Amino acid sequence: MSKILMKGNEAIAEAAIRSGCRLYFAYPITPQSELIEYMAKMMPKVNGTFIQAESEVAAINMVYGAAGSGKRVMTSSSSPGISLKMEGISYIAGAELPCVIVNVQRGGPGLGDIQPAQGDYFQATKGGGHGDYRLIVLAPSSVQEFADMASEAFDLADKYRNPVMILADGMLGQMMEPVEFKPAKTDAELQELANQHLSWCICPNADGDKKHHHEINSLELDPQVLEKHVLDLYKKYAEIEKNEARYETYNVSDDNEVLCVAWGTASRVVKSAINEVMKEGKSVGLIRPIRVWPYPYDAIKQAIGKNVKKVYVFELNSGQMVEDVKIAVEGKVPVDFWGKLGGVVFTPAEIKEKLETCF
Amino acid sequence: MPKMTVDPDYCKGCGLCINACPRKIIRLSENINAKGYNYAECFEQEKCTACKLCYITCPDVAITIEK
Amino acid sequence: MEIIAKRPEALTKEPFHYCPGCMHGVAHRLIAEAIDENGLINEIAGVAPVGCGVFAYKYFNFDMAEAAHGRAPAVATGIKRARPDMHVFTYQGDGDLAAIGTAEIVHAANRGEKISVFFINNAIYGMTGGQMAPTTLPNMKTTTSPYGRNVEDIGYPIRVCELLSTLVAPYYIERVSLLTSADIIKAKKAVEKAIRYNKENRGFTFVEFISTCPTNWGYEPEKARQWAKENMLPFFKPGVFRDKGEGVE
Ligand SMILES: Cc1ncc(C[n+]2csc(CCOP(=O)(O)OP(=O)(O)O)c2C)c(N)n1
Ligand code: SF4
Ligand code: SF4
Ligand code: SF4
Ligand SMILES: [Mg+2]
Repeated sequence: MSKILMKGNEAIAEAAIRSGCRLYFAYPITPQSELIEYMAKMMPKVNGTFIQAESEVAAINMVYGAAGSGKRVMTSSSSPGISLKMEGISYIAGAELPCVIVNVQRGGPGLGDIQPAQGDYFQATKGGGHGDYRLIVLAPSSVQEFADMASEAFDLADKYRNPVMILADGMLGQMMEPVEFKPAKTDAELQELANQHLSWCICPNADGDKKHHHEINSLELDPQVLEKHVLDLYKKYAEIEKNEARYETYNVSDDNEVLCVAWGTASRVVKSAINEVMKEGKSVGLIRPIRVWPYPYDAIKQAIGKNVKKVYVFELNSGQMVEDVKIAVEGKVPVDFWGKLGGVVFTPAEIKEKLETCF
Repeated sequence: MPKMTVDPDYCKGCGLCINACPRKIIRLSENINAKGYNYAECFEQEKCTACKLCYITCPDVAITIEK
Repeated sequence: MEIIAKRPEALTKEPFHYCPGCMHGVAHRLIAEAIDENGLINEIAGVAPVGCGVFAYKYFNFDMAEAAHGRAPAVATGIKRARPDMHVFTYQGDGDLAAIGTAEIVHAANRGEKISVFFINNAIYGMTGGQMAPTTLPNMKTTTSPYGRNVEDIGYPIRVCELLSTLVAPYYIERVSLLTSADIIKAKKAVEKAIRYNKENRGFTFVEFISTCPTNWGYEPEKARQWAKENMLPFFKPGVFRDKGEGVE
């Protein structure tokens, strides 16, 4: 299949439909509006459901209902709207329902601005909603990867019965790049997807005599039973941590004197800067977490070669990922951070300047 | 002959059926159920007309009517 | 001998946790009977609220979802859209539906979602111990209106049926009372109609029950019904506000 030039927001929408998503509920917000608009246009053409909900709160609760019915369902928003979804996300995690949530991040806190930012890292990876739960969080750095993550996200959600967030940003949402899509799921595959959750989801009693009573629920008043439920969730999360961390290495070698860690849009700029400093004969590597939960702690730890003097974290926030990097580095070398805030994306020249100070 | 029975496991002794019964043949038993409620009972089955008003009123769906 | 009235099949064996004499149980039974009578037990799902009705998911004998406070209409929308071959209803209290969930109920009604909503109006927050509800009557004392609801300060009770009746889409809206046996017989007809319309996928159907909270009102069950008859019914008048099936627009 040939490549199509597309905005990230449209690419993720198209890829979600191809992955078998036939239900989408959302509320408009910049910079993700192309996504909701694409869904409005395309869902009717595939006999899918598109609802512009009355709020992000309503949208995520529609997701709860549809996910509880065992169907592939997605919602999307940008930072302020994601905050509103946090109540629902906590319920979805508690009830162990599979769904996909896309966050096309913008500057915060509060209403912030509508420029690209990475300020929702804590919210996505450390909680955000109430209670003990985890979201699987995928962090694309190109339009192609953004699109590829649709099927990945749905598969992970189905496999672990857990909400999955794709944590993009306004840059990836708005920018146009050539994308190649995977073939759309066939009717037979859609049927198979629809059947995989019949043992627990809301569905008709196929055989009238064999009644079922499935409960979609996160309430448990007995403290012992609730504790067991949360412990079971954490067994599942441990399994996810063991199997599902993903990262990319760029120019990582024993010669590295500096090891960078950056994710999403920020990592693209860091790569360009590394190419520049390499021309000057300096060796800098990059670890890019492709998923920010589970976090690739081991990969970072192992990438610290004998010559590494410093681990440098670059983010479009105030340094939210630094804590995770420090956990990985275990104090072996200093960890430094530089970032831009307010929706400003740093340039390769700025990063290069920072890297040069390390030599 | 119509018959009204109360399942003591469900009854909470709220007394609403007593007021609802036009024949005034329901009372709270002196016995208590597992939850400690004096449950309702029909003390003059032969007067029951199977009008179902007790059943209709019972919030705990504790009553069965036979005819 | 033939059994002419017993626990409906659409209820599980689980005894209700409601206080003695609380009308939540009557509302549950009416809904369950209507589901049995319409033969829907294998293709219906319900959504429980946050409120005293929270455990409704244990009591109905088919698939149930427990929603976040006020969000039941959105959850029901998700279920109905995901499984259009099923029939879906919500069961909600006045705090759940008319305070925190105001947006969700208005917009589900406005979209004409093909679901039924059963609304228990007991003029109070039962579950959390008797705080003021959006339906608490003027001058009525609750734990958060200890001097009586001051309408100058906090406004008047919300009449939900009247509010929803301003929307074009809803198919059927009726307010009924559960305060006497005769009222319950009437209420049963309304519930049966809502479920039948739901079965026929006609549109959004809504039944409000004027109910009681003996515990938090501080009255014996029978006295509570008497109090509600005298105080609630004049403000929340029972009646059919919309019935497109019978030409009531
Ligand atoms: C988000 C949130 N806010 C508050 C609560 C606490 N809460 C539980 S039930 C309830 C009120 C329920 O009242 P109502 O809907 O009238 O139901 P009733 O108990 O009277 O049947 C409140 C405020 C909650 N569970 N979740
Ligand atoms: S069926 Fe009628 S007469 Fe018989 S006990 Fe019940 S209310 Fe009384
Ligand atoms: S109405 Fe029901 S619960 Fe109340 S006393 Fe009569 S049988 Fe018992
Ligand atoms: S608190 Fe009130 S509404 Fe809740 S179960 Fe008790 S009587 Fe019923
Ligand atoms: Mg209430």
